[in-house]
Parts: sequence; C-alpha cells; structure tokens
Amino acid sequence: MPYEPVLLANINKKDSHTLAVYEAGGGYRTLKSALKDKSPGDILEVVKSSNLRGRGGAGFPTGLKWSFLPEKHPGPVYFCVNADESEPGTIVNRVQMEADPHQILEGIMLSCYATRAATAYIYLRYEYPLCLKRMQAAIDEAYAAGYLGKNILKSAFSLDLFIHRGAAAYVCGEETGLIESLEGKRAWPRIKPPFPAVEGLFRKPTVVNNIETVACVKHIVERGAAWFRSIGTPADPKDPRDPGSYGPKLYGLSGHVNRPGCYEAPLGITVRELIEEHGRGVWKGRKAKAVVPGGLSTGVMTAAELDTKLDFSGPLKVGCLGLGTACAIVLDETYSMVDFLHNSCRFFAHESCGQCTPCREGTSWSLMMLERIKAGRGRLKDLELLLEIGDTIGIIPGTTICGLADGAAWPIKNAIRKFRGEFEEYIKRTNPEGYMETEPVEAMATVPK
Amino acid sequence: MSPTESLLTDDLRAAVRAHFPRYPTKQAVTLPALHLVNERLGYVPPQAVEEIAELLDLAPAQVQDTLSFYGFFKQDKPQGKTRMWICRSIACAACESEELLKYLCEKLGIEPGETTADGRITLEFAECLGACDHAPAILVGETLHKNMTKAKIEELLKTL
Ligand SMILES: Cc1cc2nc3c(=O)[nH]c(=O)nc-3n(C[C@H](O)[C@H](O)[C@H](O)COP(=O)(O)O)c2cc1C
Ligand code: SF4
Ligand code: FES
Repeated sequence: MPYEPVLLANINKKDSHTLAVYEAGGGYRTLKSALKDKSPGDILEVVKSSNLRGRGGAGFPTGLKWSFLPEKHPGPVYFCVNADESEPGTIVNRVQMEADPHQILEGIMLSCYATRAATAYIYLRYEYPLCLKRMQAAIDEAYAAGYLGKNILKSAFSLDLFIHRGAAAYVCGEETGLIESLEGKRAWPRIKPPFPAVEGLFRKPTVVNNIETVACVKHIVERGAAWFRSIGTPADPKDPRDPGSYGPKLYGLSGHVNRPGCYEAPLGITVRELIEEHGRGVWKGRKAKAVVPGGLSTGVMTAAELDTKLDFSGPLKVGCLGLGTACAIVLDETYSMVDFLHNSCRFFAHESCGQCTPCREGTSWSLMMLERIKAGRGRLKDLELLLEIGDTIGIIPGTTICGLADGAAWPIKNAIRKFRGEFEEYIKRTNPEGYMETEPVEAMATVPK
Repeated sequence: MSPTESLLTDDLRAAVRAHFPRYPTKQAVTLPALHLVNERLGYVPPQAVEEIAELLDLAPAQVQDTLSFYGFFKQDKPQGKTRMWICRSIACAACESEELLKYLCEKLGIEPGETTADGRITLEFAECLGACDHAPAILVGETLHKNMTKAKIEELLKTL
C-alpha cells in the first residue's frame, strides 16, 4: 500500500496556507476537542507513549523533555519553536511553513496546552521572508478566529504567540543560543545544566522544540500513540539504548539528483530509496560518490553505505553523527572530496561562536589547512593533524559547550577516514615536491570573518 | 545633541515600543529594534545604537555587543538599494554557486560585503539559505531566485 502523507497532506491544495482551506480539511478540530475533553496531562501522556523524538537534530524524546518541567513552578513557562533551520542541506521546515502554517500553529497550541505555556515564540531565521509572511498571516487569522489570545475557544487556556526574527547566524539554532538571542544578547550557547526545562528563557522553565516536532504533536493527539508507533522502525530488542524511530518523517534531498525536494515517508527508508525513488536517481546518469545523510553536521557516507536506514540509529551504524535533520545531500562521482571538506570547514569556521577554544581554533585551523591543501601545498601529515582536530573537538569528546563543534568534526573524520585515498592522491598530485614534508608549513592566512 | 538631530523618527520609535508587550524584558527587543532600524536606514550607525539603547534602558555597549555578534548589520554606511545573498554552502557549491558569486563580483566590480558605487546593489555570500532543493539559490531582498545560472543573473540584474 503506498504511504499516505500526513505532514504534507495539505501542500498541494490551492491556498493551503489559509485558514479557510485548513479548516475545510478538518483543521483545528483536534484543538477544539482537546480543549473540551482532554487535560494537559492527557496530552503529555499520549505524546510520551507515542515515543515521538525531536525532529530538530538530536532526536531527544519529546514527552520526556516536557516532563522535565518543574511541576509546581509558579511560572511562567515559555515555549520556543525552533525555526532557525540553518543546517546546510535542510529545507523541510521551510516547506512546512510556506505551505501549511496552520498545521504548525495547531501543533504549537496543543504543545503549549500540554506544557502550560502561555507565551510562545517562533524563532525564525532571517533568510525565510516568505515563511515570515505566511506564518504571520496565519497567526493573525488564528487570533481573529479565537484560536490564539485570551481564553481560547472559551476555555481557561490562553496563549500568545510571537515571531522573533534571527539575523543570519547558524548557532542561533542551538537551543540555548536561541534563548540568548531571543533575550537580546549575543547567541552564545549556555553551559548545561541547568537545562532549559528548569531555567531557560528569561530564567524560566522553557521548552524548545522544532517545527516538525510540534506538527507531529498535532497528529499524535488526533490519531493516537498507537497510530504513531505503527509507522517507522521499532526499537531494537538487542540494543537497550534504542527507543525506536517512530512516525512519519520529512526528508530533504539536494545536490546531484534528478529531482531534489522535500518528501514524506515513514522513518527508516534507506538513503538509496530516497535517492532512487523520491529523487529519481543521481543526475546526468552518474553514480553517487558520497552522501551527507542528514545535514552537513552528520558527516558523510560512501556509495557502499547507501542501504543505511534513515532513522535515529541508522547513520550511527556507518560512523556518522546521527540522523540529524534527515536532509541528504548527494555528491556525484566527479565531485572532489577535498572541495567538500573545504566547504564544510569554511562553514563551521564562519559559524563558530568562538566561546570554546577547541571549536574556535579547531574550526579555523582546519579551514586554513584545507585552504593550503587546495592551493597545492598540502602534506600527507596534514591528514593526521586534521583527524586529531576532528577527534578532539565537540561535546562527544566533552571539550565544548555546544554541538556545533561535533558538526564540524564529523565531516572531517568521515571524509578523511572514508576517502583517504582521494585526499592522499590529491596532495601527491598537487604538491609532488613537498607532500612528504613533516615540518610545519605556514598556513594560508584566511582567518574567517 | 538636540532632539531634532535624532536618527530614529517618532514612528520608528513607536514601532520599536510596539514590541515591548511581547517580552518580559526590554532587552529582548534588541534584535527586533535592530531589524526595524536597519530596514528604515539601511544600516545601524553608532548613533542609532545609542538611541536604541536609550529606548531599551540599556547601555549602548550592550546593544553594540549584540549587534556585532551578527555579521548582518552594517555600521559604516547604508547598504545598497537591493541586498543580494548568494549561497556558497555545500548543496549550492556542488551546483557551481561559487562560480556565480565570482561572476557577480567581477561584473559588479565589488567584493562580497560591498556595495556598488551607485548604491544599487550590495553583494553578500550566504551560508545555506535553506533552499538547497533549488540550488544554486540566491536571495534578493525578499525574493528567492531558484536554480540560478549566469543567464538568469543577467536578466535579474536588468530589473534591479
Ligand atoms: C549548532 C546547532 C544548530 C542547531 N540548529 C537547529 C535548528 O536550526 N533547528 C532545530 O530545530 N534544532 C537545531 N538544533 C538542535 C537544537 O539544539 C534542539 O535540540 C532542538 O531545537 C530541539 O527540538 P526537538 O527536540 O523538537 O528536536 C541545533 C543544534 C546545534 C548544536
Ligand atoms: S562549541 Fe563552538 S559554537 Fe558551540 S559554544 Fe563552543 S565555540 Fe560556540
Ligand atoms: S546549500 Fe545553498 S541553499 Fe542550502
């Protein structure tokens, strides 16, 4: 039976972004019945038992995150919706916000009802002007219709929702960077604990969830936890740390494919299915050389690893950072992995916030080495140095405050370990005189702005 | 300084103040205020920073600290009539966006971050615009231009 889209069910309808079309398709019925018949605790329970895991990149169980909010706190509780979507390759939140903003709003309303938040902010990246227009219009419609504001649908539940625009900085997507940025400060991620659930925005209990996560909440409340758990990859009984990967998922696809785009499928399709069935194959009749599985931070896999499942544990099995945003970038057999890694190092050097020495120095030195290698002055020894950087920066070795450094490290580790031959060949070919050099070589002076 | 010399007009101040009820602190209005000023003036010069700080009951250094974190806000002179962002991240770079950026630099005679002498265009590189499915992508003001080529850039430049 072909898979019936849920998250993207409305996007081909004419004027799908309007309240009239959303309501005609049954929109806001779930909210109405929840406010009448369900307590916040009921919603928390169904989200918990659905095993929904956050779609923003880390895959943290949403119900568990919500249950960390202190129970008897006088409040207020804040809800932040993460729409910063700046991970290279990632497009799905944009598609959702442009095409179906009310689905997201209904998810936010249910999530805030469950977490007793009376104020919510959507942190929206600056580069999404059409999303801003659509989301703001939807919010205005929702206020006018009584879905937002005081005593929603005559219940005791009140909610105010505001959009807060970013200013083109990737680190604002990290949840505590987001909070600092919202507070009007530089977006320096905070040392945790305390976690936002205990002390977050304006020092109050706070939940940060991704756009796609809150959209899933809407469908879970409507269709139930069993429905959600009937989709995806079940928990692995042999791995006690695998809570399963359930539910529908939005996949992004870009790079060298015939049909790039945003596609919905159950969690756990393989990279090959994504490329072949949804993307209609690699472009120009070529083969894939490498695929970034879920946003640049997740690293890279080889053509031999394309049967990897895109669920929360699949990419880990081939040494990648994780599922990330499930937005794959395909590189064909003609694309240089040296160029790939240079691009990656440049991105992270540009976006590091500079608080942690390993991240600030590691990202800029790796870029300077890649600049030099590209310019034909690389040494074989540079590969060892790059691996040393890759292996020592990040929250996974425990040397930095946030996960940006892991995102910088994984492409380095994966590209060099999985495509070492290509790097060695490049260095030998472009620097025949000096590739055996072991003494330090002067870096290229490209200190990122 | 006499009040007539103020950079922030009364309606701009009112637009900033309209954000106060949204947040429990005035400091949280820093980014919205910077955006509002940047939209009206095309930049946020030091005097505007002082005036924003006064409106938000902050020290100018607090506003400057936040502003300088984001490479987004210019301080020395206003940006051009149109700001063009050319994506250089991996999905676009794999579809030759860097050649397009170089082409634009040569064509306009400026480097990324600079504005043409006639004040028409400010050219910028962008990190992933979230439009990788339309690579190479260029954001021009509020409009996303998809699957760009040199020929399409030529057409676009005629309209700016
Ligand atoms: C450097 C960095 C950037 C991030 N960017 C985003 C982002 O743009 N959107 C997002 O939802 N999560 C992003 N995250 C993950 C968030 O920190 C957080 O885990 C997520 O928003 C939680 O929502 P979820 O539980 O619904 O996934 C980022 C994390 C890091 C370390
Ligand atoms: S890891 Fe990097 S981006 Fe994250 S807080 Fe440290 S320096 Fe900033
Ligand atoms: S890499 Fe260019 S839009 Fe994402």
